[in-house]
Amino acid sequence: MGSDTVLGEVVEPMFPFIRRSAGPGLRAVSLWAALLVTVPLFGQTDIAGVWAFIAGQYGQENGNGSELADYTGIPINDEGRAVGLSFSPTMWSEPGRQCQFYSPRYISTGPFALTIWNDIDPVTGRVIAWNMNAWIDKDIVTIWMDGRPHPSPNAFHSFGGFTTGAWEGDTLVTRTTHMKWSYLRINGLQHSDRATLTQYIVRHGNLLSVMAYFEDPVFLTEPYVLTSVWELNPKANGPRFPPACEPINESPRLEDTSIVPHYLPDRNPFANDFAKYYNLPLEAAQGSAETMYPEFRKKLKDVYVPPQKCVRYCCDTRDPAVKCIRDGTGIVR
Amino acid sequence: MTRLAAFVSSLCFCSCGFAQSELDARAAAPIDLSGYWVTIITPDWRERMVTPAKGDYLAVPINAAAQKVADAWDPARDEAAGEQCRSYGAPALMATPTRLHITWQDANTLKVETDYGMQTRLLHFGNWKAPAGPATWQGDSTAAWELAGGVAGPRGRDRTPGERSKFGNLTVDTTHIRPGYLRKNGIPYSANARVTEYWDLFNGPNGDQRIMITQQVEDPQYLWRTWITTLNFKKESDGAKWDPTPCSARW
Repeated sequence: MGSDTVLGEVVEPMFPFIRRSAGPGLRAVSLWAALLVTVPLFGQTDIAGVWAFIAGQYGQENGNGSELADYTGIPINDEGRAVGLSFSPTMWSEPGRQCQFYSPRYISTGPFALTIWNDIDPVTGRVIAWNMNAWIDKDIVTIWMDGRPHPSPNAFHSFGGFTTGAWEGDTLVTRTTHMKWSYLRINGLQHSDRATLTQYIVRHGNLLSVMAYFEDPVFLTEPYVLTSVWELNPKANGPRFPPACEPINESPRLEDTSIVPHYLPDRNPFANDFAKYYNLPLEAAQGSAETMYPEFRKKLKDVYVPPQKCVRYCCDTRDPAVKCIRDGTGIVR
Repeated sequence: MTRLAAFVSSLCFCSCGFAQSELDARAAAPIDLSGYWVTIITPDWRERMVTPAKGDYLAVPINAAAQKVADAWDPARDEAAGEQCRSYGAPALMATPTRLHITWQDANTLKVETDYGMQTRLLHFGNWKAPAGPATWQGDSTAAWELAGGVAGPRGRDRTPGERSKFGNLTVDTTHIRPGYLRKNGIPYSANARVTEYWDLFNGPNGDQRIMITQQVEDPQYLWRTWITTLNFKKESDGAKWDPTPCSARW
């Protein structure tokens, strides 16, 4: 293709004010002007693909799971804490909970890969919706981009909720309402069905960064804001629609016993364990908005002494040459 | 063919270097990062809010060489050597329990101060050249604005020629950093560490403003792979809670 053809068939349709009939000098100046005001040159950010979660933060939460009663840095209120302390992990063995979906809050922070794709209007070519899928135990989140309103507050609540989105520059801003109650953290903290989630999704090259803004008037005193990052996996072929969950009883001893695993107020035998493991005051372990801010360190300075050495959940690097304690057993692997 | 070559080279130049060619980065800023900001410590709280136990390397992709160095961590030795600031270097500073005070030092230099450890990062726009000299805790940082492309607003209209984007982000590249620690408990980074950051600004649904920093630390000497994290800062109305505290090797 010759340069005149490029100019006529590629450049002119993009910048119609550049004409081949103009003189070469004027065309060059016009081309430079066009380029200077339109960086980058091509269209809306494409966030479609399979995005691998990067293990570099949420170390314990995304690895072996948060310690029981570790609510550090979470702005829960007294009700949120009480609900968390009533939790027993054997709850997952109840038949009704074995395939219970996690909240979209867990799509925002992994640990599983995130598959994103869009739905296109076949007539207009416009994006009607973006979809986010993050493995078998979460509902697909469909982000409606066509301007439709959120339904009535009394409308059906689903595990995935109802989400709309809009572009602000290169950031996709999404708003999720109508979620069912679910787990705010895997160690038993909950969010209510009045919770909302606002996400800011932005792509930097092969990285996808997300700020998730979780608000809940029932169990939180301030927004619970989490950030995370994924890396594009161009060779992955992740399923858009996960297979159905297969119920499995992970605690056979509970089968046919009619026991509903839970703890009554002040009866959780594990309530103080996290604080003891890490020499923390119970006030820190039990969480609150105050624990998120640097000034909380003033309360810790005279009472906290680091444990002599790490004996639980000490590393998660994938370098096989590193031998360390990778779980709660205390065994070096 | 000459014109085609010129067109291709123009594409390259413009997509990579437009922001850098600005003469006044302050005037060209698509986002306003100035003011006081407080970090929000949520994930990895026990490694970031307090000094973690010796041997706690969770979430950091260390290699065996790093483990060997970290297992020998001795804060008393660092104090004796006057090296109390080893965990306040550029690869670690943004993840610490700190407040930021961000101002323009001049038209092309953004100054980021922390009260935790009383550090100062200078982010240089334009054609700044690093001065010769020994490496410093905050290293040499070059910065550029990345202007948002594509659609300009929620209604999906295209930007018109001449219309300036009001969206974008800051990118920062930092090298020549004095060797130190990625965390207070002695996880090392080397003199060859490189930090790449993307700073995004969001307006929250409740009206507050947040900075999200996506940070990559590359250090083949001590990291098994690039360490990539994200950090969250909330804007404060003033500096009433600004609390300068010197470096400490233990707390």
